[in-house]
Amino acid sequence: MNWLLEPLTYQFMQRGLFASVIVGVLCAVMGTYVVLRGMAFLGDAMAHAILPGVAIAYLLNGNLLVGAGIAAVIVALSIGLFSREGVVKEDTAIGILFAAALSLGVALISSMQTYAVDLSHILFGDVLGVSAADLWVIAILSLIILLTVALFFKQFLVISFDPVLAATLRLPAELLRNLMLVLLALTIVVSLQTVGVSLAAAMLVTQAATAYLLTRRLLPMMLVSALIGALSSVIGLYLSYYLNIVSGSTIVLTATAFFMLAFLWKRMKSV
Amino acid sequence: MSHTPHRLEIENISIGYGDKIIMQDLSFQVPHGARVAVVGPNGAGKSTLFKALVGILPLKSGKIFIHGETLGSHKDCVAYVPQREDVDWRFPVTVSDVVMMGRFGQIGWWSNPSKKDKQIVRKSIEQMGITDLADLSIGQLSGGQQQRAFLARAMAQEPHILLMDEPFTGVDATTQEVTFGLLDHLREKQVTTIISTHDLNLAATRFDLVLLINHRLIAFGTPQQVFTKENLASAFGNSLLVMENGMMLVDECCPPDEEHHHIEVK
Repeated sequence: MNWLLEPLTYQFMQRGLFASVIVGVLCAVMGTYVVLRGMAFLGDAMAHAILPGVAIAYLLNGNLLVGAGIAAVIVALSIGLFSREGVVKEDTAIGILFAAALSLGVALISSMQTYAVDLSHILFGDVLGVSAADLWVIAILSLIILLTVALFFKQFLVISFDPVLAATLRLPAELLRNLMLVLLALTIVVSLQTVGVSLAAAMLVTQAATAYLLTRRLLPMMLVSALIGALSSVIGLYLSYYLNIVSGSTIVLTATAFFMLAFLWKRMKSV
Repeated sequence: MSHTPHRLEIENISIGYGDKIIMQDLSFQVPHGARVAVVGPNGAGKSTLFKALVGILPLKSGKIFIHGETLGSHKDCVAYVPQREDVDWRFPVTVSDVVMMGRFGQIGWWSNPSKKDKQIVRKSIEQMGITDLADLSIGQLSGGQQQRAFLARAMAQEPHILLMDEPFTGVDATTQEVTFGLLDHLREKQVTTIISTHDLNLAATRFDLVLLINHRLIAFGTPQQVFTKENLASAFGNSLLVMENGMMLVDECCPPDEEHHHIEVK
């Protein structure tokens, strides 16, 4: 039992654990939409696209989360704008914005003196550096996002499953789609601190894909995904503590192990 | 004509994607409760027309009126049964989930389904003969069963106008009969049904009105008025073969059904 409690005697470990469980659950829930709507590439792009926002916030001595949030929302809405008119395909629009934002972010960060340390924190997260104030921001933003998902559950279900039905029901599909993109952007911002931009994309896909293999309705899929997300975060953080590995990696690798197990189970069952 | 209360009026609509016009200057009126077959060669714009009627494809010009008001000013008036290839069958929803979605127009944005909603869903599923399948994932159903699930959803919407895209293509006999049973039931309820089909025999025998199109209106009226040699020739062009005894053959290599459709013309 001691090995379980020992890490928690450190306050930064307690905060880290809270933060990564919240982020694990949040990413897992939003991830169900990412997986079902085929938005994995979009999530990846968005995660990298917030880099310039973080860099600018850093340069201005502002709050990094606010900078990331603004950048993410701008990118989310411009992807919607570019692809809506059908001028370029959506994945092309994403690819262009993704590359441009990432390059801009790296350019900005590399112009700073101490970039080496900070860049790795942004890319791979620094869960043990979560302050009490950060934890509050993470908790409140996550609560807002999850409540919004609960509130629009029916509407999001219809626009994801059957856009034509959404039209006949006269749902404001465009508005709902943009709302979902904004929620996705905010989710990535929240996960910035714990797993970093590089691994946030994995968090958005792996748990939800695992849950997809195990369930056959949307709500159970979300709940199972959230459970796997929380477990991956806890196990991953302990692995990180004892093996002295970057926590973002251990969390994502734990989630991947869950996916492999579910995949094997599914294969065995169908044989 | 002006004294009949038309429930669906299409006025000079043109539809298309980008610069490409698929349907040019189409006008027709469907009275309350009629059963209309939409026929025409492959790529004539049948699905495009349906997308415009549903409101997902904006009109380039012209107007659509339902009950005398423009499209979009009514809620829950139009239900649409999509072609099977347009649905993501891997999505994690059960048959009853799908049918319940038909009620979402009536259920408030932030409320749960009421007893009445659940009852309507149960009844619609029962009417389509898929009660045993209600808790299965839609991906587990056969093609015909999937179509019946979507018909049940359309019923649950309690529409005034029902649009169906090729419901008779590649389905089993049971589903075809269940579909016609539903159509008879809807006629009693004065629901207007508009159905695209490749099957000219069905169009000629089991529908009140036929809309023959090929990127524009060729003919609209009763099957007898529409299915003339001239109209069919101008709709189907080279794929029409006229036999000596007046029998006409329409030869279309239209996947998934590649049979020949023939129809007798007096």
